[in-house]
Amino acid sequence: MAKLELRNLNKTYTPRVVPLKELSLNVENGEFLTLLGPSGCGKSTTLRLIAGLEQPTRGEVRIGDRNVTHQPPGQRNIAMVFQSYALYPHMTVYENIASGLKLRRMASAEIQQRIGEVSQFLGLGELMQRKPGQLSGGQRQRVALARALVRRPDVFLLDEPLSNLDALLREQVRAELKQIFAAQPTPVVYVTHDQTEAMTLSTRVAVLNDGFLQQLDSPKRIYVRPANRFVASFIGSPQMNLLHLKCEGGFAQLGRCKLPLPSQVTVPPEVIFGIRPEHVRLVRPEDQQVLQGRVVLVENLGMSDLLTVQVEGTQGTLLRALLPPDQSWSGKQISLALPPEALHWFDVQTGDRLPDALP
Amino acid sequence: MTLVQKDAPLDVVPPRRWGLAVAVGLLLIFSLAPILWQVLTSLKTNADIAAVPNVYFPRQLTLEHYIELFRRRPFLRYMLNSAFVASVSTLLCLLIGTPAAYALARLRLPGERFILAGVLIVTLFPYILLFLGLLELVRTFGLANTYLALIVPYTAMNLPLTILVMRSFFQQLPRDLEDSAKIDGYNTGQMLWQILLPLTLPALVTTGILAFIAAWNEFIFALTFITRESMKTVPVAVAQLSGTAVFEIPYGALAAATVVGTLPLVILVLLFQRRIVQGLTAGAVKG
Amino acid sequence: MNTTLRDQERRTGWWLLTPALLLLLLVYAYPIARSFGLSLVTQNLGTELQPVFAGLDNYSRMALDGRFWQTIGNTVFFTVVSVILELLLGLGIALVLNQAFPSRGAVRTIALLPWALPTALIATTWTWIFNDQFGVWNDILLRLGLIQTGVNWLGDPNWAMWTVIAADVWKTTPFIAILLLAGLQSIPPDLYEAHALDGATRWQSFYRITLPLLLPQILIAGLFRFAQAFGVFDLVQVMTGGGPGGATETVSLYIYATIMRYLDFGYGAALVVVTFVILSLAVALATWGLARLRAVRAIGEPR
Repeated sequence: MAKLELRNLNKTYTPRVVPLKELSLNVENGEFLTLLGPSGCGKSTTLRLIAGLEQPTRGEVRIGDRNVTHQPPGQRNIAMVFQSYALYPHMTVYENIASGLKLRRMASAEIQQRIGEVSQFLGLGELMQRKPGQLSGGQRQRVALARALVRRPDVFLLDEPLSNLDALLREQVRAELKQIFAAQPTPVVYVTHDQTEAMTLSTRVAVLNDGFLQQLDSPKRIYVRPANRFVASFIGSPQMNLLHLKCEGGFAQLGRCKLPLPSQVTVPPEVIFGIRPEHVRLVRPEDQQVLQGRVVLVENLGMSDLLTVQVEGTQGTLLRALLPPDQSWSGKQISLALPPEALHWFDVQTGDRLPDALP
Repeated sequence: MTLVQKDAPLDVVPPRRWGLAVAVGLLLIFSLAPILWQVLTSLKTNADIAAVPNVYFPRQLTLEHYIELFRRRPFLRYMLNSAFVASVSTLLCLLIGTPAAYALARLRLPGERFILAGVLIVTLFPYILLFLGLLELVRTFGLANTYLALIVPYTAMNLPLTILVMRSFFQQLPRDLEDSAKIDGYNTGQMLWQILLPLTLPALVTTGILAFIAAWNEFIFALTFITRESMKTVPVAVAQLSGTAVFEIPYGALAAATVVGTLPLVILVLLFQRRIVQGLTAGAVKG
Repeated sequence: MNTTLRDQERRTGWWLLTPALLLLLLVYAYPIARSFGLSLVTQNLGTELQPVFAGLDNYSRMALDGRFWQTIGNTVFFTVVSVILELLLGLGIALVLNQAFPSRGAVRTIALLPWALPTALIATTWTWIFNDQFGVWNDILLRLGLIQTGVNWLGDPNWAMWTVIAADVWKTTPFIAILLLAGLQSIPPDLYEAHALDGATRWQSFYRITLPLLLPQILIAGLFRFAQAFGVFDLVQVMTGGGPGGATETVSLYIYATIMRYLDFGYGAALVVVTFVILSLAVALATWGLARLRAVRAIGEPR
């Protein structure tokens, strides 16, 4: 185990294809960092740069006090779990797990002992003499994990390890992964495009888009205080409502509803306003500001209904709200409240979050 | 596995099925008749062979032509020559071509597009354009009437196909496997030998068969570089069989020689039809 | 550290590639380059096999060499006729093999057989079949009453070339059929189903879907075969030796005779060069056509 440090990493293929721009971040011991973003955002490139499967155009990769930027992958003492698991099809499970250790000329007694421990931990005991072709998806996944764990590397890298599993198994393995990596102190870098995995597994999440780091924060803060418009729209399902609003005297105008802008702001003429559908609620007697609207679409999500509401007093502005089910919403006029503490404000030009008083 | 179309009612066979049956029948006759005729000829007595009008099925089966082949002529020797030259050149070709194919598939070399284009174009040039220059080389290095004079050009002439087919197989392999091996600490050589070789074994067999067939069948180099009887390969020996006796061409022996000389290839095709087809299409379509 | 991983990878790549490249250069590039050099000298029995610089004499001699032009004509005729026949027949066989019928695998194997057999041996087989006295082909035609007396297929200048073409078609059609079959199998069946729902007949589907989508494969197979047929040697050498009276002599036979029989190395080299140039031009033209076709396809695709 050792701390992983990325300093100003850049990767350029051609002037037009620049998958990664100026990425710097640290992963401390015991940390579980997730690189999250849509496809093509640079997350896989980052992982491959850490692994040494690609070379950065500029910048440094450091593990502990070692600069490993120019070391081949085999010398970096990292272990990686691949999306496809990448088990060697012609070797047995045992040989697969042992291969990295054998190449490091470890004594076979120690190899046996380590594999024994890991296989017991992961419940692979009976599978040792099978070939990968004879295993189920979940078992292969476990062998791939075992192959990484047994190495006791300085850094673990996981590249979308759950995306080849079916939905049911995925939740189960996700929970197992959390346990496994919580129990050990080595830094983990995990790549995914699935925000649920990012939220549930990580100690910190790095949201990437278009080669740039958008936000590096705890899962909770990423959800509660998205740093910009992209993070706001990417995190959370259903998506956050993001509306272009006009401002006047410390308030933004949505229909007939006046929404208070954060106090520090020098009032801009326009602003992007955001609220998550799950934070929109039905009006209560104490609410001062009330939003009137007509329900134009109801989507039943089981434990709640996702309503699309046309806001009264606007030219067709739509707002989505997640409300308790079992009412016949369709076509109805309803009154909604937008709790002030759940509002997000972003700059129209830059997309950055406007500073606010909340911690 | 054969797919059978949805069953038509038994009593009404649609005309399309009849047409197909006739077409398949004609195809079988087209492909097999010349070979079968040669087999029949090889089993006939000389009297039957020279009968006018033709005797289609031998009135008396005989192995005399086969016996003549091995007793009075060194046909076994020709077979061994062919087998040796073809096997060695095939192995060499795989040994040299496979690493090159890997380099072209994965290692992103500058100018690899030109190299590939060159390899592709080279397959289009007939050997007649090469034999003059090679003849000089063979003379300069005193290689006439040696196996080496055939092994070197055969290895080279099968290289383009080997490189193209193996490259397309390498490209189909999941890249993750190689990345994983690198992280495990394999160097390129170990990776080729321990990880990729076992996985490409089927592809190597495919390519090897194609190379073997081409080497076994080659004519012009064997005709030019080899003049000593004991070093000749099957195609040249058989072709010259018909030229030896001016007045009486030994048709029976010729037929027997054709049967024996093609037998190894017929067996290869019967055993590896699927692989051969894969290899041919991989080699040609990727271009 | 100065060498990056990329440099190391590159160096490994060249190590892996070099043996193959060297061998290819030795066996392909050197002989052709050497022929260019040799074509500028006279080196034959007249010069006691010593090279004497002759400039472009060999080429001007070629211009007036009737036998050369005759062999070019023969080669072009052989190539064009046999490749066209092979493409037509190969397409037919591919269409048959693409149908579903019992034991299709076995039929496919048998259909592949002629391709695998040594040309030189096959040549003797066809020589025997077309034999004027005892040949089975004459026998069949006589029995069917199509001819009154046996035809000397290989000895008659009018028939000899057709006989050689027949043998070549038999031997190489399977190759084309295999390539086209692979092309047929790569056409998604929903295209036919959609077309059939639009009310198209089988013939319309063949013209509007099969042929256009198969065109790249047809051209590739045609190009391959064109190059090989242009250099045809084994088959003609064994079947007719170029006879009767030069009726089947192709360029490659003429080159071979010039060098091996007349020991006229300079002139032989010039013949090699000219054949090489003709073939290169034809291949370049075909490749250009193929690239254009692909470009047009690529533009037409996303609709």
